[in-house]
Amino acid sequence: MATWTRECERGRSVAKAMVLAADAQESRGRGDHQVLWRLARMRTGWVGAALLVLMIGVALAAPLVAPYSFGHMSLENRLKPPNWLSGGSSTHLLGTDPLGRDMLSRVIWAARTSLGIAGISVLVAMVFGVMMGLLSGYYGGWLDGLVMRLADIQLSFPYLLLAIAVMALLKPTLANLILVLALRSWVVYARTVRGSVLVAKQREFVEATAALGATDRRIITRHIMPNVIAPIIVISSFQLAELIIAESSLSFLGLGVQPPTPSWGGMLSQGREYLTSAWWLGVFPGLAIILTVLGINLFGDALRDAMDPRLKV
Amino acid sequence: MVRMVLSRLVQAVPSLLGVTLIAFVLLQLSGDVTQLLLPMEASEEVRADFRRAYGLDRPIPVQYAHYLARLLQGDFGQSFSYRRPAAEVVLERLPATLELSAAALLIAVLIAVPAGIISAVKRNSIFDHLSMGLVLLGQSVPTFWLGMLMILVFAVGLHALPVSGRGSFAQLVLPSVTLAMWLLALVARLTRSGMLEVLSQDYIRTARAKGLAEFVVTARHAVRNALVPIVTVVGLQIGGLLGGAVMTEAVFAWPGVGTLVLESILKRDYPVVLAALIMVATAFVLINLLVDLLYGYLDPRVRTGAQRG
Repeated sequence: MATWTRECERGRSVAKAMVLAADAQESRGRGDHQVLWRLARMRTGWVGAALLVLMIGVALAAPLVAPYSFGHMSLENRLKPPNWLSGGSSTHLLGTDPLGRDMLSRVIWAARTSLGIAGISVLVAMVFGVMMGLLSGYYGGWLDGLVMRLADIQLSFPYLLLAIAVMALLKPTLANLILVLALRSWVVYARTVRGSVLVAKQREFVEATAALGATDRRIITRHIMPNVIAPIIVISSFQLAELIIAESSLSFLGLGVQPPTPSWGGMLSQGREYLTSAWWLGVFPGLAIILTVLGINLFGDALRDAMDPRLKV
Repeated sequence: MVRMVLSRLVQAVPSLLGVTLIAFVLLQLSGDVTQLLLPMEASEEVRADFRRAYGLDRPIPVQYAHYLARLLQGDFGQSFSYRRPAAEVVLERLPATLELSAAALLIAVLIAVPAGIISAVKRNSIFDHLSMGLVLLGQSVPTFWLGMLMILVFAVGLHALPVSGRGSFAQLVLPSVTLAMWLLALVARLTRSGMLEVLSQDYIRTARAKGLAEFVVTARHAVRNALVPIVTVVGLQIGGLLGGAVMTEAVFAWPGVGTLVLESILKRDYPVVLAALIMVATAFVLINLLVDLLYGYLDPRVRTGAQRG
């Protein structure tokens, strides 16, 4: 009799678990249409997306759209003001720098550098941060303690000061730059993902799939990951904006992208020297940064509101 | 309360240890110190003597222990270029940075909090749209570029304010406004969203139902509650303020810790760089600690460990 009851109990719980697991299958993918629909209704989001697409397009098509190469010098055309000012050259729309290099071309080529470096850094930070967040949230214990402690230590530094010290004491190579930038963002991913995992782990359908004998790997990739994708996408857009500013700050100080590679920050540090005599050197690269970052922020805001209206501020 | 203070102090210890460890590792990675300090033509024998004299030939963990012991005694090493204790050099520059940061903090809070409150109360008004537009712009501008624009407009164009330096009030205006902008944007946005949330609470409806004047409801019931989280955010952003201060100082040649770090990097005066890094990080950890405690004081639910609503 007792055995029979136990069997029944087990049968019921297995059945319940299967229903919940089916729920889990269904819950993935639900709501995609709503997200797209909400996104499409946001005008500012469209403006942001347009700016972002424009900048990425220009960066990708740099060799096609830039009138000159970024290093092309024309010494008889040094420090020409923009085309529409008196003394402006008809062949250099945004004027030239002290070496007679075309400003427009350099701003366009620098888009490649700045967006490329920030983009790769965000990817590196995302992969590492998400992995750390998943592991520390799912397994907990000493691993969790270690990862969160590392995050705490890193957050004890004002980031820019740490980045400056690291870039100065190591060599300002491209790889170091990407690592330092990724350092800024991994914590954000790790903490957010860890939080989401802790919540997801408590959900009945996850417990149910575990009861049905799913492996950790399957639970993480099939049931937990889909729940953290939305926050990851939103974080990525804001981190991209943040890292573009961080990269340009470091390059401005001479600790980021090294000449002759053009970068917006590097161009601005030259522009600072000529601020009183040739304002265009210090204005156009900055406009490029602000348009890009503004575009990303507008798009990111819309994306966040579309994916989770509760987060709206 | 005493227990909370103590437990927070204990929690800060690993962070501070981590800070010193990172500084130490960075110093190790920066290369051979003898290359830096001894003349190029120094023989290998002289270099070996030097390493022995300064304990650089010992195992790395032993070196770290010694480094830590010296730090605890307030010894941050000697500055190569100033030939004085590095800590002294950094402390000399600290007041300038604090002055700049405090001025920026004041500007940001004084403008952002009222702006955020008005935006929330007059939601979707022209003021709201305008100020939120400016907020978005403020969050997208790199600090150093804003500084350059300020110089271009107010110093080069209008000749209204000095370009750089420290001493007079006029010289403080451009750098502090520049540094304040980003924090201003953040605080205005958070104040607005905080107010909107509080204004939708039941007790606000109750206050209105009691027949209280709208001003009293806003000022006494809503603002007080909305400001509690803002205090935390502002406190936690002080680190960002110090980071932004580096860029602002660089643009305006403001003689603070930021410019000291940049100068020291050019001179390869690493003890000063690391002393500044450790001291600023320590200050930052302590500020965060104070903010936590202040939060506990302002919101009794945190202090007693009760669930936050």
